[in-house]
Amino acid sequence: MNYCNLITIFAFINLLVSIPHGYSNYVETKAGQFFSSGHTNNWAVLVCTSRFWFNYRHVANTLSVYRSVKRLGIPDSHIVLMLADDMACNYRNPKPATVFSHKNMELNVYGDDVEVDYRGYEVTVENFLRVLTGRLPPSTPRSKRLLSDDRSNILIYLTGHGGNGFLKFQDSEEISNMELADAFEQMWQKRRYNELLFIIDTCQGASMYERFYSPNLMALASSQVGEDSLSHQPDLGIGVHLMDKYTFYLLEFLEEVHPASQANMNDLFKVCPQSQCVSTPGHRTDLFQRDPGSVLITDFFGSVRKVEITKDTINLTSPVEPPIKRSGSSDIQIESLTYVDQLPVAEIIHQKPKQKDWHPPDGFILGLWTLILLVFFQTYGIKHLKHIF
Amino acid sequence: MLILSSLLLFILTTHSEALTPAAARDEFQEELVIRPLHSGDIYASFQFRTLWDTDFLQEGQKVSHYRLFPKSLGQVLSKFSVRELHISFTQGFWRTMQWGQPFIPSPPGAELWVWFHDTVSDVDGNWKELTNVLSGIFCASLNFIDLTNTVQPSASFKPLGLGNATDHRFLRYATLPREIVCTENLTPWKKLLPCGSKAGLAVLMKSEKLFHSSFHSQAVHIRPICQDEQCSSKAWELRQTLNVVFDLHTSGQGKKEWSLFKMFSRTLTEACPLASSSKVYVDITDNPELFELSPATPLLGQAVVLGDRRTYSVYDLSRAETFGQLRSFNLLLRDMLRPLLHAERYVAGFGLQTGEIHTVIYNNHPYRAFPVLLMDSVPWYLQLYIHTLTVTSKSRDNKPSYIHYQPAKDRHRPHLLEMLIQLPPHSMTEVTVQFERALLKWTEYTPDPNHGFYVGSSVVSALVPSMVAMRTNFTQDQPLFSSFVPVKEESSYFVRVYTEPLLVNLPTPDFSMPYNVICLTCTVVAVGYGSFYNLLTRTFQVDEPSPPLSKRLANLIRRMRGVPLLT
Repeated sequence: MNYCNLITIFAFINLLVSIPHGYSNYVETKAGQFFSSGHTNNWAVLVCTSRFWFNYRHVANTLSVYRSVKRLGIPDSHIVLMLADDMACNYRNPKPATVFSHKNMELNVYGDDVEVDYRGYEVTVENFLRVLTGRLPPSTPRSKRLLSDDRSNILIYLTGHGGNGFLKFQDSEEISNMELADAFEQMWQKRRYNELLFIIDTCQGASMYERFYSPNLMALASSQVGEDSLSHQPDLGIGVHLMDKYTFYLLEFLEEVHPASQANMNDLFKVCPQSQCVSTPGHRTDLFQRDPGSVLITDFFGSVRKVEITKDTINLTSPVEPPIKRSGSSDIQIESLTYVDQLPVAEIIHQKPKQKDWHPPDGFILGLWTLILLVFFQTYGIKHLKHIF
Repeated sequence: MLILSSLLLFILTTHSEALTPAAARDEFQEELVIRPLHSGDIYASFQFRTLWDTDFLQEGQKVSHYRLFPKSLGQVLSKFSVRELHISFTQGFWRTMQWGQPFIPSPPGAELWVWFHDTVSDVDGNWKELTNVLSGIFCASLNFIDLTNTVQPSASFKPLGLGNATDHRFLRYATLPREIVCTENLTPWKKLLPCGSKAGLAVLMKSEKLFHSSFHSQAVHIRPICQDEQCSSKAWELRQTLNVVFDLHTSGQGKKEWSLFKMFSRTLTEACPLASSSKVYVDITDNPELFELSPATPLLGQAVVLGDRRTYSVYDLSRAETFGQLRSFNLLLRDMLRPLLHAERYVAGFGLQTGEIHTVIYNNHPYRAFPVLLMDSVPWYLQLYIHTLTVTSKSRDNKPSYIHYQPAKDRHRPHLLEMLIQLPPHSMTEVTVQFERALLKWTEYTPDPNHGFYVGSSVVSALVPSMVAMRTNFTQDQPLFSSFVPVKEESSYFVRVYTEPLLVNLPTPDFSMPYNVICLTCTVVAVGYGSFYNLLTRTFQVDEPSPPLSKRLANLIRRMRGVPLLT
C-alpha cells in the first residue's frame, strides 16, 4: 500500500514536472513555426499577355488567381495586375463587366472591386521587366510599382501563348527564358525578394523555368517541354473557351484554402495530374532552400501578417500646428470675383497672335543658307568683295 | 488663490480656443436626376459635390487635415499648382438628335483638360507628371498622353471657375479616344466619395448594370467657385458626375415602365450621413398628368436648364418618410424640344493614301444665327492640307471670323485647328479638309494595327440663344445639374457638343514579311551556294574498307606465324 502510494506520488510529481516542460516545448515549436518563413509582406505580380477576344481564357485565368489572392488577404496596393486586353467591357461580351470562369456563368471572377494597374498596350516585355527590377521612370505612380524588399514573398503568375523557351506578349513580341532568369537574378542581387513562387500556364511552360539560377525560387508550370496546355470548357452563350485546364483546377484547389489553412506546397504540386490536365504539370524546387512540405500555401497566396510584440514605449512628438485660417485680409478686399466669359466672341476675333519665342534657324534653313553663301563666295571670291563693298 | 488660479485657467482655455482656428468648412451634396428620353430610354445623372473653403495654392502652408475632400486629389492640386481640372471617361457616344443635350457633355474615350496656375514655370513638365499620377489614381492608361496628342487651344475651353487672367499658355487639352472604361475605373472613382459606395446614392452604382447601357460617362471636375452670393472669397468645388443612359430593350425589356430596381438592380436605403442634402429629381415636364410615380411626392421643383424650363418631382432622401417600398415610374412621352445645335463628323474618300474629313454642324433655330467655335485636334499621321479647307453653309462659302491653325510636327505635335464660324439660321454648315496618310515606322504600330487608328472628337462650343431667361447668379439651393456652367447673360446658354471620333486605317505592312523573307533567302542561299561550293571544293579519295573481324583475326595469326597477310 505504502509502495503503491509512493509510486503514485512519484508519478504525480513526474507529471507535474513534465507538464510545464511539455508546455514550453509546445510554445517553442509554435514560436518556431511563427518565425520559420522569414517573410514579413507579400506581393503578387499577375500578368496576362494575350490580346483579342478569342484569348478570353487567359484573362479569366489571371483574374481567378487575382481573386484568390485578394480573398486570402493580399491588398490591391500589393498586387500588380497586368491585363493585355479588356474582355469585361469588350463589345463582344454578352454580359458586360463580367468575366466568367465556369460555364453557365456561375462564377464572375471580375467582381466589383477590381483594380487593373497595367492594361491594354501598356503590357509589354519592357514594362514587365521594369516592374520586376524596379527601374521605372520617376513619375510612375505607386500602384504601378513593385515596392518589395528583402523580406517580401512574391508570387508571379504568367499566362498566355508560349513555346519552347519563350512567352508571347500581345502577338507582337516575346520574352525568353534567359531574360526572365536574368531579371530574377537582378532582383536577387538588389534583394528585392525573400522567396519567389513562379507559376506559368502556357504551352511548354516548363521551358521557362529551366534557366533559373538565383536562389530561393520555386517554379510551377502547366506542361512539360513538347506538350501543349489545353483549355478547359467553352461556354456556348459567350462563344469562347473560359479557362485553361491547369488554372481551372488550381482555382478549385485555392477555393478550399482559407487564411488559416495549413495546406503546403506538396498539395499544390499535386494539382491537376495528367488524368485531368492531359499535359503533365512540372515543378522545380532545387533552388529553394526550405523543404516544400513545410512551405504553406498562404506564404505566397495569402498575406498572413506576423506581429511582434514589444514592451518598449515610444514617445510621440507634439502634433503639428494646424494652419491658421486666412485672417481679415479677405474681409478687407471688397472687389468681388467673377467667372470668365465662356465664349467671348469679340475678344476672340480681335485676339492678337501669340508672341512666339524666337528660335535660331535649324536644319534645312541653315543648310540652305550655307549653300547659298558657299556658292556666292565661290563665284565671287573673297578678294573681289572689296570691289563690291 | 484658488479663485485666481481657476480664473486664470478659465481665461487660458478661452484664449486658447480663440487661438485654435476653426477648421475650414466643407460640405457634401448629392443628387440624382432621372429624365425619360424621347426614344423610350431613360437617362440617369448622378452628381456629387464637395465644397471646401480652403486654399491649396497658398504658399508655405500645407493642407494636412482632409475630411470630405479626398486627400489624393488635394495633394495633386497643391503639388502641380492646378487651377482647374476636368477629366472624363466615357463609353459610348451621346446621340444628340435622339436624346437631347446632356447635362455635362463628354467625348468617347478619356478626355483631360487642365488650367495651371500662372506661377508655374514648366507647364509641360507638370502636365506630364500630372497625367502619370492620374493614371495611377484612376487605373487608366493616361500615361499615353504625351506631346504627340496634347494641344493648347487658343480660344476654346475657357476656365469654368473663378478667375481673371486667361492666358492660354497655361491650358492643356488631351483626349484618348481609344480608352476603355470598365469596373477598374469605376472602383477608384467610387472610393473618392465621402461615403464610398456604402451609403447614399452611390449604393446604386453596380457595374453590371451601369456598363450594360447605351452610354456611360464618369467625370471629375475640380474648380474654384464663389463661396456665397456676394462672391467675396473662393471655395474649391469637386464635382463627380456619372451619366448613364439605359436602353429600352436591353435594360427595360421593351416596356416603358422603369423603376430604380430595374435600372440599377438596387434600391436606396438611406442618405449618406455626411451629406448636407441628398435629393432625387424626376423630370415630369413632358406629361405631368399621365405620369405615374410611386411613391408620389408632393414636392415639385422648377429649374431652367439648357435653355428650357423643366418641372421636377423632388424626393428628399434626408427625410425619413421618403423611404419605403420600391420606387417605380410609369412613363409616357410626348415629342421633345429639338436640340438647336448638333454636329457630325465622318471620313470620306477611298484607298489608303488620301481622304477627306467632313464636319457637319446643324443650326436648328428657325430665325436666329449664332457663332460657334470649332476645335479640331488631328494626330500628326494624318497630314492635313489646309489649302483645301472649305467652309460652306447653304452651298455658299462662309468665311470664319477667326482661324487659328498650328501645323503638326511629325512625332512631336498634333494639328490644332480652331475656327469661329457664324451659323446662319436653320442651316447646315460643312467643313471639309483633305489629308494624306503617313507611313509609320514599323515599331510605331500597335499590336493590332488592322483595327485602325483613332482621331479624337471635334469640340463645338457655342452660346445658343435660349427661349427662356436663364438665371445669372448662383444660389445655394439651386439643384446641382443646373449650376454647372456659369451664365453671364440671360438670353443664351453655353453648350459644348462633341462629334464622333474617327477610325482611320493607315497603310499597314505585312509583319510576317521579314521572317518569310529570311527563311526563303536562307534556303535559296543554302541550296544554291552550298551545292556550288561542294562542286568546286570536294575531292574524292579511295578509302580501304576495314576488313571484317574474322579476317583481322586471321591476319593476326599469320603475322605471328610470319606468313604473308591476306588482303
